[in-house]
Amino acid sequence: MKRGGVIWSWFWMTLGILYFFLPLLATFLFSLRAVKGVLTFRAYQNVFSYSDFVTNFSYSVLWAVLTIIVGILIFVPTAYLVRLRLPQFRTAIEFITLLPFVIPAIVYVFGLVRTFSQPPFLIVDSPALLVAGYIVLSMPYMYRSVDTGLRAIDVRTLTEAAQSLGAGWGTILFRVILPNIRVAILSGAFLTFAIVIGELILAEYLVKPAFAPYMAYLIQQKAYEPAALAIMSFALTWACMGIINLFGRGRGQAPIAGGH
Amino acid sequence: MPFFLFALFFLLYPSSKIFVGSFEDSTSHTFTFQYVWTLLHDPTLINAYWISIKISLITSLGGGIFGFLLAYSAIRGGLPSFMRSSLMTFCGVASNFAGVPLAFAFIALLGQSGELTKLLIALGFSPYRYGFSLYNFWGLSLVYMYFQFPLMVLIIAPAIDGLRREWIEAAENLGASAFQYWRYVAFPILLPALLGTMILLFGNAFGAYATAFALTGGQIQLVTIVIGDQLTGNVLFNPGLGYALALGMVVVMAIAIAGYTLLQRQTERWIR
Repeated sequence: MKRGGVIWSWFWMTLGILYFFLPLLATFLFSLRAVKGVLTFRAYQNVFSYSDFVTNFSYSVLWAVLTIIVGILIFVPTAYLVRLRLPQFRTAIEFITLLPFVIPAIVYVFGLVRTFSQPPFLIVDSPALLVAGYIVLSMPYMYRSVDTGLRAIDVRTLTEAAQSLGAGWGTILFRVILPNIRVAILSGAFLTFAIVIGELILAEYLVKPAFAPYMAYLIQQKAYEPAALAIMSFALTWACMGIINLFGRGRGQAPIAGGH
Repeated sequence: MPFFLFALFFLLYPSSKIFVGSFEDSTSHTFTFQYVWTLLHDPTLINAYWISIKISLITSLGGGIFGFLLAYSAIRGGLPSFMRSSLMTFCGVASNFAGVPLAFAFIALLGQSGELTKLLIALGFSPYRYGFSLYNFWGLSLVYMYFQFPLMVLIIAPAIDGLRREWIEAAENLGASAFQYWRYVAFPILLPALLGTMILLFGNAFGAYATAFALTGGQIQLVTIVIGDQLTGNVLFNPGLGYALALGMVVVMAIAIAGYTLLQRQTERWIR
């Protein structure tokens, strides 16, 4: 009763592959048409010659790196303490880390702008607010991957061993625990990187230079250069996912994120 | 703990502000239902919710069905096993490939001078002459599908793995037809997982903003777009109403996530 299904399987797979690749192929072809009549990489050259592009993209990379570093500094000690000492906070923290799924980014940024553009906290123009917002957006992925990493190692034994050798808390956290969960942290970090680089809403409404708002602006202005940007952005996402897969080979499922 | 301070200041405090702002008169700071009342009686705003809900329903159903068929084909459809791992990798990338670049990819494919559009015109069939447009509701749905179905594949795959081979064999031995197997065995077991994942897809589309913004520049009045307009002051500026709009979104999302959690628990009873 099942063999006839193989043809259907191929049918659905072909459809899926077409859906997946046709837009990418079209974008790529489109990006090569900057000069009439020939296929060239001119659009890519143009993009790199725009100083706006370099500035915006560098800012995005800067935001991403700051988000990752501060995120690690906040989440690793928390997840570690919860695992070791404070399991009663587990449910509360899990609830908090999942909140960004319930609150859409546009609603969140609305709250941020309204909250921090009036006294007592007038920090809406500060880049720190943007980074804080990104940390919140990346929380479900970052905290979870740190937590999964901690689950895989014996936190208690490692801590006790380090303590009995005379290590202080700083040494335990950064020289014992951190290296042991570096794979988990790295996969969280690359996912965060992909999210922050492609993120439009926060940067747009907190009015900070970033890659996605620049691209949205360029779509209105040019025809072929945005295609080159889209291809580069796709390659970047692909690279991040590829690196995560490489780290996490054989365990866990593919990362799921969203910056739609 | 720095974590709680951080979460309190940057997440819980701004969120509570939305809640408070929806019920607080913006000038006299007294309690009021006026914004929520306005929200529920303003045809434009109700329509914005309706469009958002409609597009989320359509793409979660469409993406859900297509994603399930794909996942089932790859896992149980008798295809070579490398197809499965490549599908999973593609889906991981595609579900993360959204927003501005995704919008542009579809413009390059099906926009007025898109590659496929030009090809079709060369073949004597101009899609735009037959009422197709990438920039209307159905065009946007088509684009949303691109991040919807991969998410379905990723989340439903474990449930399909959980369908044991013994069940299909047992059903065969008892003389069941393929239809009967699906109707009485596989479908009831998968139902909570299918519904739960589709609800998640619903939330995924409902909160989406960047794709619609980049594709149509705000032509399609989704709730998220309307909230964005409230922020930039593109429309008649009414802070309280903005809060109420945002609160309404959170309510819909909370219902969706609660439904998903509930159904997820049902799923775990069968599928480990």
